[in-house]
Amino acid sequence: MSKRLTCDVVVVGAGMVGAACALYAARAGLDVIVVDRGPMAGGTTAAGEGNLLVSDKEPGPELGLALLSGRLWADLAEEVGDAIEYELKGGVVVAAAPDGLEALEKFATGQRAAGVEAVPVDADRLRELEPQVAPGLAGGVLYPQDAQVMPTLAAARLVRASGARLATGAAVTEVLRGAGGAVRGVRTGRGEIHAPHVVNAAGTWGGELAALAGVHLPVLPRRGFVLVTEPLPRLVRHKVYAADYVADVASDSAALQTSPVVEGTAAGPVLIGATRERVGFDRSLSLPALRALAAGATRLFPFLEHVRAMRTYLGFRPYLPDHLPAIGPDPRVPGLFHACGHEGAGIGLSTGTGQLIAQVLAGEAPELDLAPFRPDRFPVSPLASSSSSSSKSSSGSSSDSEEAS
Amino acid sequence: MNPLELARAEPGPAFTVTLDGREIDALPGQTVAAALWTAGVTSWRTTRGEGRPRGIFCGIGVCFDCLVTVNDRPNQRACLVPLRPGDAIRTQEGTGHHG
Repeated sequence: MSKRLTCDVVVVGAGMVGAACALYAARAGLDVIVVDRGPMAGGTTAAGEGNLLVSDKEPGPELGLALLSGRLWADLAEEVGDAIEYELKGGVVVAAAPDGLEALEKFATGQRAAGVEAVPVDADRLRELEPQVAPGLAGGVLYPQDAQVMPTLAAARLVRASGARLATGAAVTEVLRGAGGAVRGVRTGRGEIHAPHVVNAAGTWGGELAALAGVHLPVLPRRGFVLVTEPLPRLVRHKVYAADYVADVASDSAALQTSPVVEGTAAGPVLIGATRERVGFDRSLSLPALRALAAGATRLFPFLEHVRAMRTYLGFRPYLPDHLPAIGPDPRVPGLFHACGHEGAGIGLSTGTGQLIAQVLAGEAPELDLAPFRPDRFPVSPLASSSSSSSKSSSGSSSDSEEAS
Repeated sequence: MNPLELARAEPGPAFTVTLDGREIDALPGQTVAAALWTAGVTSWRTTRGEGRPRGIFCGIGVCFDCLVTVNDRPNQRACLVPLRPGDAIRTQEGTGHHG
């Protein structure tokens, strides 16, 4: 790739979101090159569980994107379902006590109004759905639309299906700008790629790419551990989690939060996921986090007490201060698009994101309103986000706690 | 040449363990995998999907290919677990959780 390349769209990031952007842009008739400084799906895509969830989302723009994405995933499953281990396994959210169940059912009622299938489940029915679940739970809600893919396979398959050219091991060092500031491509360690459109699908590192283009996008890492058990027969049938997971996802706290999501996999191991911590890009093992995961999972499924954990892995969710991704054209830099900051939902939300990006690239009206996802919605703070001093001076009426301290 | 001689090892007295009920010899400090290899056994598990034979691959605890049931605990890494007198090793099919 030492020679100069030309195409319609450069997608920066060969993770799940970049792959989906490449697929839908290619299907819109555009010539696409995907670049990544590492390998295919080597970042956060390879460090999650492949959740395609609607159950954990309250009515609003993210849920709308999740529903759109779910429909697109179902279409893709028709094409490549087995190859990407797509499984419409359904989610079951459980509540331990009657008051928790009441809150959960109220949450589900709101979701139903927004188009989510949410089936109330009493204690007896819960035992039928998940025979191994802990006794004494008050009940739960079944979400038949929750699904799963194997994310690295999915990303690789989508890039292949797109026909896009793929350049791995090519770090973007510069976003090239032409007259008037418009994007005209990228410079990588392996040469220049010229294109009138650049899509920032760099995930947790999307803020760095935005900075190369001269714009502010405060993507931050939120660390998560996943615990992997020895392979087992199918003892956990759905994605099962406790109702407090939803509160953890929405939390602004930097402290460790654990509310385990427990699920079986096609390969046999049970995955126990969902610690959330804001500790920067710290890759060191956290025994307290793993203990909390194991203990929480065992509360949900007591048989796990006798099951060995084989290994653990961690990843960095790309997190924006208001917990919504940045999707769409950047009004500050003509030709620059963002598709990043999906936090822990990027696998699920990738298809809708790719579709919306492709629609705008093709000059069509996007089928969802992109206003809530505007990449320029974060005011530039004169102080770095790591600073905790009160920066409420000239930028003034910062509406909410953008920097949760 | 016997590797014990190569290393000039002077292990303690051998003891007996069982593989699916059959007695085999082991030396103090030997792992399950070492004793099985010494006894000429190179495969002691079948895979979950297609029932293919498996034994040692990496030999250092990373690949989880050599899983075996020891004293009724399935999915032990044969390359890491040291043997004790009387240990009962069982070949393992699939997940080892009779599933």
